Amino acid sequence: MTEPVLDVTGLTKRFPAGGGRFVNAVNGVDLAIRPGETLGMVGESGSGKSTIGRAILRLTDPSDGQVVFDGKDITRIPMGKVRPLRRDMQMVFQDPWSALNPRMRVGDLIAEPMKIHMTLSRSEREDRTEDLARRVHLSTEYLRRNPANLSGGQLQRVCIARAIATNPKLIVLDEPTSSLDLSVRAGILELLAEIREQTHAALLFISHDLGTVKLISDRIAVLYLGRVVEEGPAEALFDGPAHPYTQSLLSAHLPADPSVSLHRHVLEGEVPSPINLPTGCAFHSRCPVAVERCRNDDPPSERLSDGHVARCLRIAENGNRIPLKEAT
Amino acid sequence: MSLLSVEGLRTHFISRDIDNQVRVAHALNDVSFELEAGRILGIVGETGAGKSLTAQSIVGLLRPPARIVGGKVTFEGRDLTAMGPDELNEVRGAEIAMVVQNPRTSLDPLTRLGDQLVRIHQAHSGGPAAASRQRALEMMEAVGIPDPEGRARAWPHELSGGMAQRVLIAMALMNAPKLLIADEPTTGLDVTVQAQILDLLRDLVARFNMATIIITHDLGVVAHFCDELLVMFAGTVVESGPVAEVFRAPAHPYTQKLIAATPERLTIGQGLALGGLPPDLYNLPTGCPLRPRCDFATNLCATPPPNRDVTPGHRALCHFAGTLGGTATERSA
Repeated sequence: MTEPVLDVTGLTKRFPAGGGRFVNAVNGVDLAIRPGETLGMVGESGSGKSTIGRAILRLTDPSDGQVVFDGKDITRIPMGKVRPLRRDMQMVFQDPWSALNPRMRVGDLIAEPMKIHMTLSRSEREDRTEDLARRVHLSTEYLRRNPANLSGGQLQRVCIARAIATNPKLIVLDEPTSSLDLSVRAGILELLAEIREQTHAALLFISHDLGTVKLISDRIAVLYLGRVVEEGPAEALFDGPAHPYTQSLLSAHLPADPSVSLHRHVLEGEVPSPINLPTGCAFHSRCPVAVERCRNDDPPSERLSDGHVARCLRIAENGNRIPLKEAT
Repeated sequence: MSLLSVEGLRTHFISRDIDNQVRVAHALNDVSFELEAGRILGIVGETGAGKSLTAQSIVGLLRPPARIVGGKVTFEGRDLTAMGPDELNEVRGAEIAMVVQNPRTSLDPLTRLGDQLVRIHQAHSGGPAAASRQRALEMMEAVGIPDPEGRARAWPHELSGGMAQRVLIAMALMNAPKLLIADEPTTGLDVTVQAQILDLLRDLVARFNMATIIITHDLGVVAHFCDELLVMFAGTVVESGPVAEVFRAPAHPYTQKLIAATPERLTIGQGLALGGLPPDLYNLPTGCPLRPRCDFATNLCATPPPNRDVTPGHRALCHFAGTLGGTATERSA
């Protein structure tokens, strides 16, 4: 099996919250992505998914843990050494309107990473810019225009062209389709699948939208309060979610098809504050099958099938199934 | 007679450009629908399709340069578009209530929650303040806010997004409205919280027999929480009908593409994306507004499309409504 291009162990990020307190955004996350593979990361707001993406690229410094990229430990190397690495690790953000300099022309925006990271002649760069525009299905006539003349979907194509300009080995996509209309979203997903095919880059696809994540991902990691509570192949995880949180998350998803009857478990309450993390299993305060031990004991990692693991101590005793009700 | 009847509603943005030439954005062009008490109507469409503008036009919350230039909004037999501001204020917040997308910005940050609820009740119902206070507690209880008495003394900034949305719903219910308009009520919320809010809304609709309009871009919400559906494109209703019927047999090419683009139906590699820019509302094409983006368009489409009945209650604004299935290539083959 090929070596993972990204190997994250025990990643932790705390932000100071004043008064000696900390927001525990990420609490010991392990992840690995191989070349050409797409890992989907789902979770609700405050689950730490964006922070993980940023910490991997050193857009924020991890408090603890290790990020190994392409065989090198990059967790604590100085920023001067991180910058050249960004050629190989790129990011696409949620909001293309604010990710692009409104005063630059689209062609210059696409060429910018090449100027920084590659030694190309002007004409080589121009050729490559046009080639990139074609690869993201953007008409080359837009290259002379400003971002204000493009729609959201077209701007996101520009962001993707920028991200692939330097042939990166890893692309982190943080909610890349969330600000786009449904019909435009489908086109961006198609494009990402094409790019993955062509470049064999590893993708970390962060989203709160389960439907989208299922479409694009090979494997999925489910986050709750800064911890991976379940991880596995997309099919296995959707067909047999083991962690009570994953089960309720999937049951809350509304498929866009009225003929699919819903079997739901609506969770009580909301995600607890990451400042005062619950002891034991972080999900115990909302978990319908929690028992006394869940308050105190750290949940063990249970292996369900090849590559499918969940952290819940009720799995071993077959008590992890939450009651689902048919919705009216 | 329906509780709410919208007939041929047209709202335009009329402004002047730098050369002092009048410019007209045709934001709503002939929107018509009816809604009965106790029914939930979903309005879907892409950005700029006119979903929110339809709601704002109904309740008279348009700001210049937006202006209603045609059509009627009849609520319980009264034409809302003909009402003056004072008369409208009597209706709004009392008989028609609205819940908007961003709950935090809709609450007065300097007033305790209980007082905000009491205020809206006093403005319309009058009566002793103690009665309003009692009703505020009841409504907070009805929307599932734990410890209503404690929360009534809380400030907006102390609430989570889901709790703030519950407070807004409680506020909307204070005067027992007959029509509730919810504009993207769950868009900023997490799915587990969205499930709570939608369950709550549906329960309240049944209990109070309210007519409800949910504006959303999420077809999942429509599929499972609405009775009827309006699909909007370029300020027109391109398809309308019972939810199950429209999902089963979408008749307008735009609706077909929209449903095909949902994650449930999409398979990567099909090239299903609905291409093209959103229509230029200043310069709409003649005939069908979808014409430049439609796979099926013919010369006929340059003439205004008829609103065809596909099945009773299910209508689509297309020359070929109900005859288009599969993809364009399949059809020409």
